[in-house]
Amino acid sequence: MKKKLAPFIEWGTLLFCTGTVCFFLVVILWDIVSKGASSLSWGFVSTPPANGMTQGGILPAITGTVLLTLITALVATPFGISCAIYLNEYASDNWSARLVRAAIRNLAGVPSVIYGLFGLSLFVQAMHMGTSMVAAGCTLGLLSLPYIITTTEEALRRIPASTREAALAIGATQFESIRDVVLPAALPGILTGIVLTLSRAAGETAPILFTGVAFYINSPSGGLNQEFMALPYHLYMLSTQHQAIEQVRPLAYGTALVLLIVVFLLNLAAFYIRYKHSKK
Amino acid sequence: MHIQARERIDGLVRSLIKATGLIVISILGGIFFMLLWNTVSFFIHVSPLDFITGTQWNPTGRHATYGILPLLVSTCLVTLGAMAIAIPLGIGTAAFMSEYAGKRLKNILKPAVEMLAAVPSVAIGFLGIVALGPGIARLTQLSNGLNALNGAILLSVMSLPTIITVAEDAINGVPATYKEASLGIGATKWQTLTRVTIPAAAPGIVAAIMLGVGRAIGETMTVLMATGNAASFPKGFFDSVRTITATIAIEMGEVPYQTTHYYSLFAIAGILFLLTLVVNMAGEYFVNKFRKFHSA
Repeated sequence: MKKKLAPFIEWGTLLFCTGTVCFFLVVILWDIVSKGASSLSWGFVSTPPANGMTQGGILPAITGTVLLTLITALVATPFGISCAIYLNEYASDNWSARLVRAAIRNLAGVPSVIYGLFGLSLFVQAMHMGTSMVAAGCTLGLLSLPYIITTTEEALRRIPASTREAALAIGATQFESIRDVVLPAALPGILTGIVLTLSRAAGETAPILFTGVAFYINSPSGGLNQEFMALPYHLYMLSTQHQAIEQVRPLAYGTALVLLIVVFLLNLAAFYIRYKHSKK
Repeated sequence: MHIQARERIDGLVRSLIKATGLIVISILGGIFFMLLWNTVSFFIHVSPLDFITGTQWNPTGRHATYGILPLLVSTCLVTLGAMAIAIPLGIGTAAFMSEYAGKRLKNILKPAVEMLAAVPSVAIGFLGIVALGPGIARLTQLSNGLNALNGAILLSVMSLPTIITVAEDAINGVPATYKEASLGIGATKWQTLTRVTIPAAAPGIVAAIMLGVGRAIGETMTVLMATGNAASFPKGFFDSVRTITATIAIEMGEVPYQTTHYYSLFAIAGILFLLTLVVNMAGEYFVNKFRKFHSA
């Protein structure tokens, strides 16, 4: 009897663990989607806040997050791809490459709030950018760099050596072989990594806290040297700092839902690129 | 184009690309230097011993005190609680996914874990305020549920994806011959899992835990929103706590530049940086050990 029951108990224990993890995900999605859906409307995403944030929409926060993510991409992508090319195409396993790899791994583990402090010291103060969209974007760019490098390097590593050798054998220089042969072949993998990293950056709050985000801006000009609104910070302020906190709860749920949609859309895009590529 | 010109471009690009490798090193160096410089400025005003052993963090009082202990204990308390939940759940899930789940179930579970990883920390913190907090308050008869327990549960959700992914890789990486040998001498599936597969994957699993710990220690928004942020010395899981990360996030926005208080925030950030560095390096050590073990 005991022997017959044991496998079920063992299987059940592991199933319980897995079920609990799935339960977490379902609760998170269900709570935000069910309570946020009622405040979601065309007006909510297309108008600025009104009446001391108790009414109106979140348009400036959406445009702020989109612009900020674009700046992050502009800062992190060229350096990230270039550094990955250095590691995978130029450097062999020498000490300098190992040093760069160690730096990347450690950077990936640095807490995001410390990136915020670094952005404050470097971009806001030392480089006199002030608290602005460009300072916050550069800070998020630094945060994203290690992830873009790691994913790009993985994509490059999957290109077989024979591909490069074929290009070199017909007389291409190394740069030409990378530009015309290796990079195009690795592009889907690189894009997947970039989009996934950006989805992470779009949801980050701590690094932009002291580098330029603001709760409310009267008429956001969208200027890069101005302070800006962003979805994650908007959600944080609506749920913790607003004087009429119960009254703005529906708005907070709506903001959370929009943020979730933005992040999942980016993830979906990454999945799509990966899926399309794997079929080929 | 002439061959000489092409070769010149090639050389130019090579040195340009090599230079970008330096950027990563200089960023890490820059972060380190920034923390060090400001921490030294802080220690000109406050003795390191008072900082490390002080039990009170009150930089705005008449007699400003800069004791890191309450913040450090808060961080450790919340992280410990998170790991008490996330480690068994994470390893159990990883074992289920790699040993028990069929291919179809796996194709659902993997994206589910990735989705959980994609949820922004601020959204999880929000749910701590609106859903988990009131729930804890009702169960424990406290006036509100913003305490260390709330933060610990949320942080466990945040570190679960990391732990599951790395631990699953480790369990998957154990050679099939080990399992076959164990099953061949009559061990059950469970005995094989607990006495052969998991011990063989142990370094990878420890690495998973370390990366999860690193994630939990450095997380800001979730704990900032869910733990209540009382600046007193934490007494337990039902007490409001204020972690290092939350303290930086709260106070940095209000403090004037270049005051002792301003420098003190860099000093606690320095301690946080060292903590995560040690944890991540330990994680990496175990990953390498696992790799060597299996390539041998």
